[in-house]
Amino acid sequence: MPQQNVNADSFDDDAPDDAAPPAAAAASTDALDALLDEIDGSLQINAEQFVRSFVQKGGQ
Amino acid sequence: MRIVGLETEYGITDPADPRANPILLSSLLVSGCRAWAGEATTRWDYGGEDPLMDQRGVRRPRTHVIPELLTDAHEFNAEAGSVTLRRRRGSWEDPAHLNAVLTNGARFYVDHAHPEYSGPEVTNARDAVIWDRAGDAIALEAAKAYATAEGTSVALYKNNVDGKGASYGTHENFQVRRDVDFDMLARRLTAHLVTRQVYTGAGRVGLGMRGERPGFQISQRADYIEAEVGLETTLRRPIVNSRDEPHADRKLWRRLHIIIGDATLFDVATFMKLGTTSLILSAIEADDERLDALTLAEPVGDVQRVSRDLTLRETLELADGTPATALQIQRALLEIARDYVADEVDAHVIARWDSLLERLARDIFETQREVEWVAKLQLLGRLRSKYSSDGHDAPWDDARIVAAEIQWSQLGTGWATRLEAAGATERLVHDDEVASAIHNAPTNTRAHLRGSIIAARPDIVDAAGWSTVVLDREASHGQLEVVHLDDPARASHPLIDELLRG
Repeated sequence: MPQQNVNADSFDDDAPDDAAPPAAAAASTDALDALLDEIDGSLQINAEQFVRSFVQKGGQ
Repeated sequence: MRIVGLETEYGITDPADPRANPILLSSLLVSGCRAWAGEATTRWDYGGEDPLMDQRGVRRPRTHVIPELLTDAHEFNAEAGSVTLRRRRGSWEDPAHLNAVLTNGARFYVDHAHPEYSGPEVTNARDAVIWDRAGDAIALEAAKAYATAEGTSVALYKNNVDGKGASYGTHENFQVRRDVDFDMLARRLTAHLVTRQVYTGAGRVGLGMRGERPGFQISQRADYIEAEVGLETTLRRPIVNSRDEPHADRKLWRRLHIIIGDATLFDVATFMKLGTTSLILSAIEADDERLDALTLAEPVGDVQRVSRDLTLRETLELADGTPATALQIQRALLEIARDYVADEVDAHVIARWDSLLERLARDIFETQREVEWVAKLQLLGRLRSKYSSDGHDAPWDDARIVAAEIQWSQLGTGWATRLEAAGATERLVHDDEVASAIHNAPTNTRAHLRGSIIAARPDIVDAAGWSTVVLDREASHGQLEVVHLDDPARASHPLIDELLRG
């Protein structure tokens, strides 16, 4: 995947630090890891095409 | 106790044909819903909405069976219950099967180019969560029936944006006393609607209406809010919507229609969205002047300001020039709301509110089991790190990150649902309560009458609306009977009760 966004770092400044998950999160870390692997697997499809084709009409 | 209700417009696609017409897809999905419901469904009563189709002006008293129910002119009469007659229009069919009114009291239909589930009237935020989840389950049943009938699948998304400029809504409805001045109501409610997103936001990848700038923000809807107060729901969307369609006795009630909220898949987010707003409305009904100190100087700009500030530390300007963070404003609102606790659910709302604000101020990730935007940020943050290159996380506009965010909200198989299945999300309601709510209406509102009569006697129900059930009983007067349910909080009507007793 090519780098599409040269400004990514500037948005990192806004983002909270992902490091050091709190104790409450520890219990679900394994589940999260497993889910991340599954997401990774599903994204082996053409993610760009999937994003492009998700088009909705405006609603209320 | 306050009557509330939730409406969800789902995103819809045919995965095999991205160019499929969404109006056709939605209408076939509603047909699927009707197929799933079998006999136990009815069409929508447009009679009360479209004056051209409203035959209520032609009334004459019925000459048999409970004559005291009949009134010459329809006037709300809670004790007697009222029924008026309507001339038959000859045979008509709901155009293209666009509606299904269900035994749980909900309406499943096509709104614009989206399928919409409008949940039944409920009396508290917890019940709202139950019947909202029931709506998601019904939408999935409809999708299953669609797949059987059409031989192809349909994917549904509980989100509010497509990242290309389109937004579709999740609307909250609150019954509010008519004697409350509307301008006052809007002014005093605004600060809450602007700042509550810190715990009700679903999170969004992309900044700007078309997601033209990369980044992550707290709310799905924030970039589509462009006015303080207004009638519009599809353009120049307002913080406070002024549509005056009470679906109840107009002399007594307003129905406040809130369109700023995000679609939420987390129980706590949905619960807090309705629970906190209901308590602030109680303070407004009591003319609590403490709310005036929280008036914002630039509320429309503040909606986006709050949505983009993931640190929750940026200050907004109050009308008197004082700076305050969204969390500080929420804390002040919570202290006011404490005085309006009326039942156990309210007490739970207050306790959770207090706890969430405390933890959000300390470390947002302490709330990731309850607050949807925080959970989404956590998951997508991990994914960005997994896809990092040269020591830099993948950017927010990496197609894989954008795709994962869309998939987050897919009904049935989305990542939010999978997180919940893995035990990483806190639940507030039980699966068996949701399973029951798929078929059964709340027993303590008029939705009970609407849903139960459709379940018990679909053969005599011609149509139903929020405040009407239209019966076709081949009566001697040769007209339809319109049963008026003007009080949303009343789960009893002499004629419906009699019919339900058989």
